[in-house]
Amino acid sequence: MRLFRMGVPVVLAAGLFLSCGGAFAASAEKGKTAYMQHGCWQCHGTQAQGGVTGPKLAPEPMPIEIFTNFVRTSNRAMPPYPKAVLSNDDLADIHAYLQTIPKPADYKSIPLLNQ
Amino acid sequence: MSRKHSHAAVSRRKFLAGVAVASGATAVPPAKAATSASTGAAPRMPSALPPTAHVAAAEIGTPNELSTSRIGGVPGSDFMVDVIKTLDIKYVPSNCASSYRGIHESLINYGRNTMPEFLTCTHEESGVGMAHGYFKAAGKPLMTLCHGTVGLQHAAMAVYNAWCDRVPVIIVGGNDLDAAHRPPGVPTFHSAQDINALIRDFTKWDDTPVSLQHFAQSFVRAYKIAMTPPRGPVAISLDAGLQQEPIRNNGEKLSIPRYVPTSPPQGDSGAVKEAARLLANAQNPVIVADRLARSENGVRLLVQLAELLQAQVIDQGGRMNFPKTHYLSRPPTAVSNADVILGLELADFWATVNGWTDNGEHGIGVNSTRTKPDTKLISINSSELLTKANYQDFQRFQPVDVAMPADAEATLPALIEAVKAAIPADRKSDIEKRGEAARKAYAEQRARTKQAAALAWDASPISTARLVMETWAQIKDLDWSLVASSGNVSNWPSRLWPMEKHSHWLGPSGGYGVGYGAPASVGAALANRDLGRFSVSIQSDGDLMYAPGVLWTAARHKIPLLAVMHNNRGYHQEVMHVQRMSNFRNRVASLGNDMGPIGTRIENPDIEYHKLAESMGWWAKGPITDPVQLGPAIKEAVAVVKSGQPALVNVWTQPR
Repeated sequence: MRLFRMGVPVVLAAGLFLSCGGAFAASAEKGKTAYMQHGCWQCHGTQAQGGVTGPKLAPEPMPIEIFTNFVRTSNRAMPPYPKAVLSNDDLADIHAYLQTIPKPADYKSIPLLNQ
Repeated sequence: MSRKHSHAAVSRRKFLAGVAVASGATAVPPAKAATSASTGAAPRMPSALPPTAHVAAAEIGTPNELSTSRIGGVPGSDFMVDVIKTLDIKYVPSNCASSYRGIHESLINYGRNTMPEFLTCTHEESGVGMAHGYFKAAGKPLMTLCHGTVGLQHAAMAVYNAWCDRVPVIIVGGNDLDAAHRPPGVPTFHSAQDINALIRDFTKWDDTPVSLQHFAQSFVRAYKIAMTPPRGPVAISLDAGLQQEPIRNNGEKLSIPRYVPTSPPQGDSGAVKEAARLLANAQNPVIVADRLARSENGVRLLVQLAELLQAQVIDQGGRMNFPKTHYLSRPPTAVSNADVILGLELADFWATVNGWTDNGEHGIGVNSTRTKPDTKLISINSSELLTKANYQDFQRFQPVDVAMPADAEATLPALIEAVKAAIPADRKSDIEKRGEAARKAYAEQRARTKQAAALAWDASPISTARLVMETWAQIKDLDWSLVASSGNVSNWPSRLWPMEKHSHWLGPSGGYGVGYGAPASVGAALANRDLGRFSVSIQSDGDLMYAPGVLWTAARHKIPLLAVMHNNRGYHQEVMHVQRMSNFRNRVASLGNDMGPIGTRIENPDIEYHKLAESMGWWAKGPITDPVQLGPAIKEAVAVVKSGQPALVNVWTQPR
């Protein structure tokens, strides 16, 4: 019997990245695909909204340097993603995608939340 | 066992043998058969023989044995029903089986199928799960019948959940002990020498009665043990012979012991006084409750203690312990600033004050402390009175400063009085200031929570916050009860719904064995039906697929339940385990053609749960992928449930 363990928080960040040998033009469109393929959505949601398993990543994602460093070296609930698993290009694209996610409405404008 | 004395009357085995002989006699008259065997030359026979007087009588007459009872007296299982009826057990959710056919027949005929009423289940796990959920809504235990070795193995995971969740369930298992007389073949496969050994590690008590008087004693004892905090499941193995053979008159009059509830254990008075002293003098006391509230009274007592101390309360949600609308309600992180922590019936005190991260250089996890170094810890926990060795549900060992192996709800009145006496006069203004700060922190926390819920509000698949609030909008004016929330919806119900009453939330499975949500919801909805409450469950896809037949049981027995599905089409807890292993090993997780690592998704093809539910007699709708359509669909479903039927809305959701 499978045991359902309590969820552990998982953090995945993304951002613009300079690939080896020169500037890389990150693509938000490719980033959305990479975000889904690498499973970021599983803990952070398809719109990076976060949940008990991982914090929100957008809107206003953390700066690319901090983001990249965290993804590569995380010692927290999210396992580190080495380059062999998540390339620099994909990482930069993911951050670009996160930057395109708009701010949510103020909860006070949503009747179901303003009760 | 009981069959040692079976020669005194017509035994079940002799009766069956008699049937076989009679059958042969009908086909070929014994006298003719004997003649044929002795001469070796069969006389020519007409194609149809006229019936003999014996055969004619057998076909049209009433055999003497049947005019009263073929077993020659009152069945032993009738007396068992008499015993069961003294304990006001209302239902027996069970999957029918031969090993308990004797008591089954007595329940529905002699017992007239009331108190208890037999409810048809399609899996033993469903029967135990229903009893589990029923108790948490009604506060009264159910009995479930299990068939021999195989039925009890089916039931075992649900029994473990009940054990971990400290919920009483009375498991009665049929078994055929007499190897010399039990039917060969299948019934023997299904028999065991010590059948309760299967679940002994996670039941409070078990027995195998060998006489009817023994049964009466054991059943009442089992009920009493199950209901005494710390509560838990108990098992009675019922020998098939004991059920089926008649009550024998060997000079002893059968009697049924009277059930008198046992008082729950209270904390030692000295320990209560010391705990009160620590709490009264604390700068920042924090109360953490898990399975504290056994009743509404537990909620009331906790509010009283918290307000007396103006102490923040973390409700871990094993039960509905503390109103979520109360300004002292706080998230788990509140332990970090505490100087005294009072833990009430915590399933895991270690993890309350420590953290474990599934990461680190060697892949064995990293431990961390969540509290300040000198934080004093007080524990009131009845589970200390019920620790066994094999299964590890007792969790990591956490040293504490004051440990009371006692029932927390029963101990709170004494603790409240002790705290009142212990608060120094010069501390009262400081305590009041704590309350003012808590009100401000609570308001800020509520605003942050609601803003977090607004994220991805219009997303498709639908966000779990939207799922939860669209559901809330349709039930808020009813006397609602969230009977289960399987899967993981980021705790939105406890974060957003104004849970205040004990019945507003019944808690999780206990042992985290997947497959609890559906049967426990149906069981709780059964209790709520009788209590006039509206039942709602958040039903995950993975949980439902363990034993979906319980949907049919709900429809068959007209159990009204609103099941709103959190259908994220995957085993999301497992996704990250595989991803984590892949990362640690420097490998890309293979997805196949799915949206997650191979083996973790429930898609391709997608399961149409609404059709599954419809096929079993539910009103159902789905899949709902557009958040705008969700509210109207749930509104329709609520109307169906209010009419007395179960309804399911299949919603495609975000993973968490």
